[in-house]
Amino acid sequence: MSAFARALNVDRRSFLRTGATAIGGLLIGCYLPERRKLAADTAIAGNKLNAWVLVGNDDSVTLYIHKAEMGQGTVTSLSMLLAEELECDWSKIRTEFPGVDRAYGAFQGVVGSQSIRSSYISLRQAGASAREMLIAAAAQKWGVDRSACRAEKSTVVNTATNARLTYGSLAEAAARLPVPGNVALKDPAQFQIVGKSRKRLDTPGKVDGSITFGIDVRLPNMLYAVVERCPVFGGTVASFNDAKTKATPGVKSVVKISNGVAVIADSTWAAMEGRRKLVVQFDEGKVAAYSTPGITKSFADAVAQGAAPLRTVGDAAAALASASKKIEAVYQTPYLAHAPMEPLNCTAWVRPDGADVWASTQMQSSARQIAAQKSGLAPEKVQVHTEYMGGGFGRRGGVDYIGEAVEVAKSVDVPVKVTWSREDDMQHDTYRPASYCRFAGGVDAEGWPVAWTASIACPSFAGANTSTEGVRDMAYAVPNFSVDYHDVNPGVPVSYWRSVGYSQNCFFAESFLDEMAHTGGKDPVEVRRRFLGKNQRLLAALELAAEKAGWGPPLAAGHGRGVSVVNNIGSNTVQIAEVSVEKGKVKVHRVVCAVDCGAVVNPAGVAQQIASGIAFGLSALKGGVTIKNGRVEQGNFHQYDVVRMDEMPKVEVHIVPSQAAPGGIGEASTPGIAPAVCNAIFAATGKRIRQLPIRPEDLA
Amino acid sequence: MAAVRFTLNGKPQTVDAVPAMPLLWVLRDTLGMTGTKFGCGMSLCGACTVHIDGQPQRSCVTPISAVAGRRVTTIEGLSPDRSHPIQKAWIEEDVPQCGYCQSGQIMTAAALLSKTSNPTDADIDEAMRNNICRCGTYEDIRRAMHRAAELQRAGGAQ
Repeated sequence: MSAFARALNVDRRSFLRTGATAIGGLLIGCYLPERRKLAADTAIAGNKLNAWVLVGNDDSVTLYIHKAEMGQGTVTSLSMLLAEELECDWSKIRTEFPGVDRAYGAFQGVVGSQSIRSSYISLRQAGASAREMLIAAAAQKWGVDRSACRAEKSTVVNTATNARLTYGSLAEAAARLPVPGNVALKDPAQFQIVGKSRKRLDTPGKVDGSITFGIDVRLPNMLYAVVERCPVFGGTVASFNDAKTKATPGVKSVVKISNGVAVIADSTWAAMEGRRKLVVQFDEGKVAAYSTPGITKSFADAVAQGAAPLRTVGDAAAALASASKKIEAVYQTPYLAHAPMEPLNCTAWVRPDGADVWASTQMQSSARQIAAQKSGLAPEKVQVHTEYMGGGFGRRGGVDYIGEAVEVAKSVDVPVKVTWSREDDMQHDTYRPASYCRFAGGVDAEGWPVAWTASIACPSFAGANTSTEGVRDMAYAVPNFSVDYHDVNPGVPVSYWRSVGYSQNCFFAESFLDEMAHTGGKDPVEVRRRFLGKNQRLLAALELAAEKAGWGPPLAAGHGRGVSVVNNIGSNTVQIAEVSVEKGKVKVHRVVCAVDCGAVVNPAGVAQQIASGIAFGLSALKGGVTIKNGRVEQGNFHQYDVVRMDEMPKVEVHIVPSQAAPGGIGEASTPGIAPAVCNAIFAATGKRIRQLPIRPEDLA
Repeated sequence: MAAVRFTLNGKPQTVDAVPAMPLLWVLRDTLGMTGTKFGCGMSLCGACTVHIDGQPQRSCVTPISAVAGRRVTTIEGLSPDRSHPIQKAWIEEDVPQCGYCQSGQIMTAAALLSKTSNPTDADIDEAMRNNICRCGTYEDIRRAMHRAAELQRAGGAQ
């Protein structure tokens, strides 16, 4: 272990443990000499006032963002919460991602659109506490009462004399003061930063290539690796021949690890070339028996068998039997890959007495845990370096790729970067589960829905409630309702995918509600209005969306509007999509989205995330993962198509003003776009889309 | 291994590399210029777009031997200080989210702007539809491209 690394480990730990410590030139800049001199790579000499705030001697403020950034805007929005109470000059803010530390709570990670929700109070407290320490230091210096001082734009002002002291000049004294207990937070009416649109702090580094993502990590003496994994999920290496691999220029070594064979080389390309020449025999295991048609049949068979309901309201069977009109429908969605633009990768360096992992990860705490487990080291001996993520969407909530890199790194005494090819990424994902849903519904003599039953089959990874969210917990007060669930899991790995169960179940439920509305001769917005009952927040969002979209007057022939209502991650979204269908091609022209996500930190960020979630959900109309003999059939973007520039609709975001507790936003708009578009397709063509992705024959 | 000479961001560059090694990996692993991104390896996503003799090219499928004697510009060389109209407009419009595809988006957009000073929406669709963004920044990109055209006409061009 180098002196630098030793020093880094010691310094990192000590400065996070102690409340306030003077730091003269932290070592990251020296430690990573090959990385370009980013602002964030070269810590500033200054004083740390708590785990989130370091005031530089140069009056800069470094904010330690304990979450991670995958595009959702967390670096900016969390900085806004800190800066609001800290009263610091926004133009002097720098940010860094700290290591894993208890100072940041028991869990560090970005999942479930939780960052704002879990930080809204705590980060304002951290900012306010640091501000009070700076004010107290100024009051001491001037020999005046604290009440004669106020903080403003990185200075403390003596209100009697108008004298000013900069934060930089006060920080050393402030760091020696006790951390105050309860500090009053601002009344939201006084907010200067929170609630007003701010540009992202990470934009400049993303327009000149200078921000480093996990895949960009470079370290002295590092090597590069790729891993050949069994194409069938759960398969294992039986034997391999690496003679030609080892003869490939640049290849350093070949090593068997628990899930495959790693090729280690002096460049990523050399490792890929070496892997091409590797001959591996796999024991494919039992998942090889599964292909998509059989998996779909197993879902249908399970649903046909029936099951005890997960949730019931009234008596759905009786109401269905006595309904004036009845309809039944089966909806299906495929497995989906996450396909973040940055393929999975992780750099690991394992030494006898410690390990470092550099990863674009959504799960810093779990990253440290898996690295400790795979290296055999105690967790406190493992440093996790959080890197910017080139997309996550839930995939980087898994840590399989981090554990794998640690396994590879154990075979060498230098850092090694394991890079996944696009095919590796797409064929060894942990997928959004394929799902199957059979509905029955009935409307009364007036045409209003009176009965609704749902039976869902899909593989579960987080329990029945997650697998059925979006149907089971729908906001509509339909008088007779029941839902049952069948966990059918052929062994294709499944996990979190942006908006999770809502991603498919809202497509099912919002589409079928549309079917019931049409069966009863009712307007789709009118049906929703009626059954949202007393849910004022959803109703207000529905009215706002309908007004802004101009719901009502018909569109030109071949055009149609569709609506969807979604309540997830503590937020409420209503989308109205306008589409046209010409010669079997769907064009989404415009999406109006009304969102009530409670108190908003960065309105510009909310608008970005709504458009982002819509783009992500639209891709699910185009692409899907299919399984053949236990393997994923798609390998790259020519086989797994996603939304492109010419297919992106104009998205109009309307935020419902609210001072309710903040909801999430990163996953809010993904579930609603597929049903809004498919309901619009029905309005335009009379064709009902019940299976995704949309196939040409569905529109013929 | 063979020595390949070319011009990289305005300066002479020589690398020793297997001739078939794609320019992408020479840039990233050999030269440490990581602004150009790996996305698909098959010329399908556009994340690795650079300019070769002023034309947008996919560095993931361009063997290093093919750039001998040619001028290569990467995101790091587009401007010294984020002053290219595309970069200025990207900052004004706050385009990137995760940002991973943006080097490729910017290089593709800059190439369009260099030959089409006032691109229409159709021009933008045509030029940009093979640059994938999973965060869905497309409409922000479109707005920024129109803004960049304005900046360029107003004299912001290099």
